[in-house]
Amino acid sequence: MIVAKRKPFDEIMQLVKGHKKVLVVGCGTCVAVCLAGGEKEVAVLATELDMGRKLANNPVELGSITLERQCDREYLAQLDGMVKDYDALISMACGVGIQFLAERFPDKPVFPAVDTCGLAVNQDVGWYEERCRSCGRCVLGLTGGICPVTMCAKGLYNGPCGGTNKGSCEINADQPCAWFNIYERLKAQGRLDCLLKVQPPQEWKDTTPRTLIQPGYTKPEKAKT
Amino acid sequence: MKSGSNLEKVLTAGHFAFTGELGPPRGAHAEEVRKKAVFLKGRVDSVNITDNQTAMVRMASWAASLILIQEGLEPNYQMVCRDRNRLAMQADILGACALGIRNMLCLSGDHCQFGDHPTAKGVFDIDSMQLISTVKKMRDEGKFLSGADLDGKPQIFIGAASNPFADPFEWRVHRLAKKISAGVDFVQTQCIYNMAKFREFIRQANDMGLTEKAYILAGVTPMKSLGMAKYMKGKVPGMDVPDEIISRLQGVARDKQAEEGIKIALEQIAEFKEMKGVHGVHLMAIEWEHRVPEIAERAGMLPRPKV
Repeated sequence: MIVAKRKPFDEIMQLVKGHKKVLVVGCGTCVAVCLAGGEKEVAVLATELDMGRKLANNPVELGSITLERQCDREYLAQLDGMVKDYDALISMACGVGIQFLAERFPDKPVFPAVDTCGLAVNQDVGWYEERCRSCGRCVLGLTGGICPVTMCAKGLYNGPCGGTNKGSCEINADQPCAWFNIYERLKAQGRLDCLLKVQPPQEWKDTTPRTLIQPGYTKPEKAKT
Repeated sequence: MKSGSNLEKVLTAGHFAFTGELGPPRGAHAEEVRKKAVFLKGRVDSVNITDNQTAMVRMASWAASLILIQEGLEPNYQMVCRDRNRLAMQADILGACALGIRNMLCLSGDHCQFGDHPTAKGVFDIDSMQLISTVKKMRDEGKFLSGADLDGKPQIFIGAASNPFADPFEWRVHRLAKKISAGVDFVQTQCIYNMAKFREFIRQANDMGLTEKAYILAGVTPMKSLGMAKYMKGKVPGMDVPDEIISRLQGVARDKQAEEGIKIALEQIAEFKEMKGVHGVHLMAIEWEHRVPEIAERAGMLPRPKV
């Protein structure tokens, strides 16, 4: 899932300080699961803002709502009748949701209340670890199911580098060396030959905004609003 | 001859090579490079010029390389993958060659977190293995990485680093094999302190025929003090410093530790000279360039061959 971290309160205060009527919009999917921007977090932020602004002698009128998803028009449509009553929106969705919200209401300033941190696994409640950089050219088949782009601090395709350190990465003893782990897994599977061939330079696919249209589907002349 | 560099000539003539290292200054004084170069001139066959080593900004390695050429020394231009993409790298390779640089060492580069700009974005558009292939393609096929023709092949003697010690040890020799298949002509190893492990690494490389396909230069860094040895043992990733090195330095008075460090290095060099599959020594006297003349003399490396 997509994980995010709530921004520091002072930063959010600073972003919205000039606005008197603000709607806080949460997202009920990924950011809700990772405890950053779901219904509970919306309620907490709204309370904090209310108190913070009162203390600053700059009270604010707040509304709050959590949509099923902010990356989907179907759910954003719920806001169509509400937004006119506010002079700014705070989104607690990931960067995708924030942009889709801003795109739907282009005359309203939209402020992010979270920093989107990546595509991660759920290790435990409140503990998430990045696993994918969505590079668009998956090599996991050759690397024992461990992503060198994400898990190697240098994103090396022909690693490890000289800094591999007793199974750890040179940046930090707590960070495993991805290539050490790749080696161990492929060895256990009897597939070390995967590592012998020089992998050619990556043809990067993430250098321009990407559009995905699945087979059998077409892009409409003009997107529905 | 692939490049016609002095290092290539020394090695192909069958001499035991001796290379040095020089870190460019953190400032614009060419004089700093010239001062260090004085100690190396005539004592080594080629001098590695580090590229923003430990991710600290320094004078560009190509620029310091050119100063070295002006002083009559031969540079081994180091290039890391951390700071530039494939366009900048290929442009720098052409420019370096046009201005007389003939050796290159292709490296990944330390992570930005080590340096003075820890939040910089590391580039790593291509990795060191791919950089080796890129230089080879430019030199041997006259083509850019894209496949387009280039006019004026860069005559470069291609080098890479090798760490014979990191875990898993049994894979180290295969890493070396991969770099050789990517196209390296010579390899300089990580600083060697664990001689037993290095002997085993070279034995494996000999068995696989690798030491006939590329020249291997054994990396030597004399310990300046007990403190340095402890630091290298505990804090430098990828370094293997056995306890016997620590105890040897502990066994002498503080003001004799540097001499003991040099003695250890000289013993190593003497063994490397006799070791099958080792074609030279790369002396990394870190911020100790002024001791190189003495070390070269005592190691029996002087005079350097004229080829």
